[in-house]
Amino acid sequence: MLKVLDSAVPVACWSCSVAHNDATLFCPHCSKIQPPPGGDYFSVFGLVPRLDLDLGSLEHEFHRLSRKLHPDRFARARENEKEWSLADTALLNDAYRTLRDPIRRTEYLLKLHGAEIGEEHSGKDRKDPSRVPADLLEEAFDLNMQLEEMRMARKMGDADPDLQASLEQAKRKFDGLLDDVDRDLRAEWQTWDAGDAGARSAAQKRMVALLDRRRYINNLVRDVTETLGA
Amino acid sequence: MAEGHVVGIDLGTTNSLVAYMQGDAPVVIPGVDGSNLVPSVVALDPIPAEGGRPTVTVGNSARRALIETPERVIYSVKRLMGRGLEEIQSELSLFPFRLAEDVEAGEVPRIQLGELRFTPPEISAYILRQLKRNAERFFGSPVTQAVITVPAYFNDAQRQATKDAGRMAGLDVLRLVNEPTAAALAYGLDRANVGTIAVYDLGGGTFDISILKLRDGIFEVQSTNGDTHLGGDDIDNLLVAIALDEIHSEHGIDLRAHPSAVQGLRKAAIDAKIQLSNEQVAKFDIELPNGDRYQREIPRGVFEQLIEPVLNRTAGPCKQALKDAGLTPEQIDEVVLVGGSTRIPAVRQLVDDLFHLAERGKKPHIELNPDEVVALGAAVQADILAGASKTTEEMLLLDVTPLSLGIEALGGTVARIIQRNSTIPASATEHFTTGVDGQTNVAIHVVQGERELAADCRSLARFDLKGIPPMSAGLPRIEVKFLIDADGILQVSAREQRSGQAAQIEVKATYGLTDEQVESMILDSFDHAEEDFAKRLLIEARNEADTILSAVERAPENPAWQQLRGEEQAQITAARDKLASVKQGDDLEAIRKATVALDQATRRFAEIMMEAAVSTAIRGKTMDAAGEEMGDEVTAPHPMAPAEFK
Repeated sequence: MLKVLDSAVPVACWSCSVAHNDATLFCPHCSKIQPPPGGDYFSVFGLVPRLDLDLGSLEHEFHRLSRKLHPDRFARARENEKEWSLADTALLNDAYRTLRDPIRRTEYLLKLHGAEIGEEHSGKDRKDPSRVPADLLEEAFDLNMQLEEMRMARKMGDADPDLQASLEQAKRKFDGLLDDVDRDLRAEWQTWDAGDAGARSAAQKRMVALLDRRRYINNLVRDVTETLGA
Repeated sequence: MAEGHVVGIDLGTTNSLVAYMQGDAPVVIPGVDGSNLVPSVVALDPIPAEGGRPTVTVGNSARRALIETPERVIYSVKRLMGRGLEEIQSELSLFPFRLAEDVEAGEVPRIQLGELRFTPPEISAYILRQLKRNAERFFGSPVTQAVITVPAYFNDAQRQATKDAGRMAGLDVLRLVNEPTAAALAYGLDRANVGTIAVYDLGGGTFDISILKLRDGIFEVQSTNGDTHLGGDDIDNLLVAIALDEIHSEHGIDLRAHPSAVQGLRKAAIDAKIQLSNEQVAKFDIELPNGDRYQREIPRGVFEQLIEPVLNRTAGPCKQALKDAGLTPEQIDEVVLVGGSTRIPAVRQLVDDLFHLAERGKKPHIELNPDEVVALGAAVQADILAGASKTTEEMLLLDVTPLSLGIEALGGTVARIIQRNSTIPASATEHFTTGVDGQTNVAIHVVQGERELAADCRSLARFDLKGIPPMSAGLPRIEVKFLIDADGILQVSAREQRSGQAAQIEVKATYGLTDEQVESMILDSFDHAEEDFAKRLLIEARNEADTILSAVERAPENPAWQQLRGEEQAQITAARDKLASVKQGDDLEAIRKATVALDQATRRFAEIMMEAAVSTAIRGKTMDAAGEEMGDEVTAPHPMAPAEFK
């Protein structure tokens, strides 16, 4: 599902006819641009899938490839090259956007390995009670009550400094919990990157749980921020 | 190189410009009247007595027609680009234009101009064609490729409409570039290429903020935000409203019912606004129909208080852009000011406050003329695309999409598939299936915007996936790829994965022209583009000469003629006779020179005529209006802003 459409790559370069490996953006022989390769986002950057990435060199490589692939470089090229430049650059941008963000990168890699993960950005499951981490059940419930109270108070034009203070305190607490999750995630990255299949599979399970937890807390924090800032 | 010049075009709300890269510096190409700015005003000439399709006039000469034949003139058409009927209703209340009567919901609106009707892209095409001609005259060779700038916050339909206009004008639009980004390119040419910059662009009708990271020639946009209906026009409206109110209450005269009187007031308001950028106080001094004068001093402090709410509307987008880029104001190294409205000291103060400039010992960049900087940047981008120059070979612009792309999901909510501020080109792949056995069609509704409900976002298009092989419900697996290209325009492709069939897509853009419609609107002159170029230039030069000659022919009948000094009249007559005789010959340069000479000789006359026409309009019409009810409020944006600043 993460493959790009029309990935029917010719065995041979369209231009010089020399055969090449299908994960290449440029023909190694004649350097001409090729249709979008079929590999994953990591392979776009010539990387093996891993979680702990050096963002500096990722950016450097993004810029280097952008210079070569961008449609601006093909404005007066033939139609097929223009089309591939567009598709390749979209792939490059999608890959960079995903890999440079630690959470998206983790989600992406876990999905590559068959994990089922909710959508961080769609907000689909933000109200789904089955997603509430057990240890947060009570606090989350209280917080949601307070948020509701705050919204009502706002609607009536009342200020409630106690409630405000209490919400701000809750936000600080949940911000701290987020930091904890992120720290735990990074620790799992090391396990996954270094581990064998067994260690990876265990790390994967823990990361899926951490991501669920993180998403839930994140949504709570967002609700609090929105309510406080309203 | 075999191919011709690629020009950069700033298609503005108030003024438009064309520029190109001359060696290693971008320069603006002046029009036949020597002016860099072509007012974005289009006038339909009177239908010739012998019949035939009337011609149009663009720019300064069209501005003159605004007083004489206002029903045949349109300006600020950029505000109507890519917008639906219901959207422009409110907009039209601000304009003196009429919508064609036979426009139906769902159609691209058409504006009635004299006896003809035009869509907004057609009007823009006339402006583009004028710029194209200016460039061709300048180069002495055809120009067919261009980069055109658009507000960063333009949506898909507004971008497509701009591209359509280019095609109608006979231009291959190689790229649409966002205006603030273009400005950054113009500034980035001769600057140390590292740092984070913010471009604050407050023009006549639109506001954009873009935050870019510069590194080794790569201009990477981090975030962008804005408001496509916020600009200098709003400030003018406030001043006009005050003057109208005061004239009404102090002198018992209501000017509102009379568009041309309001136009006169508006000109005074714009003059006052400009004056207040340099001076502490400006004056309104207008003669009223009953012989009274409406005189009023506007101290800068009062002006600033008045416009504060308008200026404050730019603060929200700036803060959001910073937030989206994950930056604090202190992390912005430089701020670039673009657009005529950034000449207002209060705007500069606001920018200073927003980005904490003064306290960091910094000043916003205003070195490049804010009216020209966007066109200059477009020329830089044109040079990058032409790939022909050492100056720009290391430069690359990576821009973003300003609005999130989403699909309407069950219950009318929006599933986001491409987030705003994603670097473009960007793509997303989604899978769809059927809900009923044997279903062969799936409808998809694509929207643009940040709201949770599809109804609150802007409808972009409805896609009908057709020809799905009949299968049990839920079995087909249709893969649809959404791709936002480097112009910020959506492309869609689809495939049914189980059968391997490419699904047919029927795209119904919510706002926009079909390919066939665009094709049919390609400007007539373009049909003859293949003809001998020199011959065409000659014909155009003669047409220009005719236009000005016929205007001058009627000059002595105008009362303004009597206000000219004797030697001025003599100069005009001499220049007229010279042009009339040169025009008969085939010497292109001589015709052009004589045209320019006549244009310059008549400048003061034209000004007197304008002033006179405005005050007559005020006097005559308000007499009629005495005792009438208050009319609809007319607060049209105005094309008469002086083209040049000190």
